[in-house]
Amino acid sequence: MSVVIQSVLTVLGVLIGLLALAAGLTFIERRLLGLFQERYGPNRAGPFGLLQVVADAVKIMTKEDWIAPFSDRFVFFLAPAIMVFATVMPFSVVVFSPAVAVADLNIGLLFFLAMSSLAVYGVALGGWASNSKYSLLGSLRAVGQMVSYEVFMGLSVMGVVVLAGSFSLGEIVRAQSRMWFCIPQLPGLVIFLIAGSAESRRIPFDLPEAEAELVAGFHTEYSGFKFAFFYIGEYLGITLLSTFVVVLFFGGWLGPWLPPILWFLIKLAIVIAFLILVRAALPRLRYDQLMRFGWMVMLPLALLNLLVTGALVLAAGR
Amino acid sequence: MFSIIRTLWLVFLRAFRPRFTVRYPDERRRLPPRWRGRIILSRDPDGQERCVACYLCAVACPVDCIALQATEDDQGRRYPEFFRINFSRCIFCGFCEEACPTYAIQLTPDFEMAEYRRKDLVYEKEDLLIGGSGKYSGYNFYRVAGVSIGGKDKGEGESELPPVDIRDLMP
Repeated sequence: MSVVIQSVLTVLGVLIGLLALAAGLTFIERRLLGLFQERYGPNRAGPFGLLQVVADAVKIMTKEDWIAPFSDRFVFFLAPAIMVFATVMPFSVVVFSPAVAVADLNIGLLFFLAMSSLAVYGVALGGWASNSKYSLLGSLRAVGQMVSYEVFMGLSVMGVVVLAGSFSLGEIVRAQSRMWFCIPQLPGLVIFLIAGSAESRRIPFDLPEAEAELVAGFHTEYSGFKFAFFYIGEYLGITLLSTFVVVLFFGGWLGPWLPPILWFLIKLAIVIAFLILVRAALPRLRYDQLMRFGWMVMLPLALLNLLVTGALVLAAGR
Repeated sequence: MFSIIRTLWLVFLRAFRPRFTVRYPDERRRLPPRWRGRIILSRDPDGQERCVACYLCAVACPVDCIALQATEDDQGRRYPEFFRINFSRCIFCGFCEEACPTYAIQLTPDFEMAEYRRKDLVYEKEDLLIGGSGKYSGYNFYRVAGVSIGGKDKGEGESELPPVDIRDLMP
């Protein structure tokens, strides 16, 4: 019985922690962008503008929840839910520390890849159900981009799997006790970061919602709480990507002196800050550049990385 | 590839620079005297309205936000019966100030004139008229202009010669 209560508490704790983190990220990202761009960002509401999160939440909840009369209502409601569901689920297999983990599945990494592929349905269905040209164009781009970047996202982490000899995230972290995989798997890390940015539609790859071209892309017609779901889903996606970068390449909870969960959070914060820096620094790619880059550069690199890693492990094994 | 890393590094270094933002209500920048803000009507050094209601400002105004009606007092001095500026239309271009022959209408370094009701942005003459002479302190139109008003006839203005008899042939 106590096991059930403990696991329920863990699930609730992880879920609430994640949602709080995603909500806080909306504020932290704007402040950090301000820092990198020599301005302030939201700093008026509360101390350091911390209450901006509350203000945004109140604003977005009290906005008119407009449902496009030309939309496909059922799918229109479903899409944001799929989006948040598919980005929250992979956290269930993450081992945050030896004590904090919902379920250390033995195929955890595969579960993550499967779930992150489901997230594309949220975007695709959202754009389709909106029944407007900008949304449709945005979701078309999203599908093309996410399907093609998924291929070498999976391949880029296979080097880690080869080195660790397991799909379980706990095992992968434990295998890094002597050396973090960011050193032997540096190409894998770079490819995973790029593919992950594309998966979570971060700025060099934010074509599905390119403001300058497509108003807001796939969520143009969304408002109120359903828009908040997409918004939260986006920040959960960033957290998800950073979490897996930390787990797969930076040794998860491993680190001296401090408690494991703190190490995990510190690494997570650094990776998230790096992703925000990328957003502050880099411009958006053109669509054909994106596709060419994906298929002509990243895919061969990922394959080569996997080949070399496998060959070295085989040679060392003998 | 290298350029991307360099970009990231340079943008990261920006985080340690002072920020450009002026936190406006807390800190205010000094506005230059010729800043084009709220419009006023000035008075001449004798304390009388400079405006002679010539309508040139209303004609010059590209958004037609100035309305006035000319009238004359018992001394023959022209002045506006009413003078109305609709600041919800005004674009603060300063054409009215350039057009004004008497330095009456002037723009001032003040822009904090927000209102909750749109009609509160319509300023009447009593709102526009100030006590002093604004930017051109010594100038008095009727002292230098060759117009006769009560108490000052033609030829009595500053550095003005007596009027020529146009029916006479002699110089």
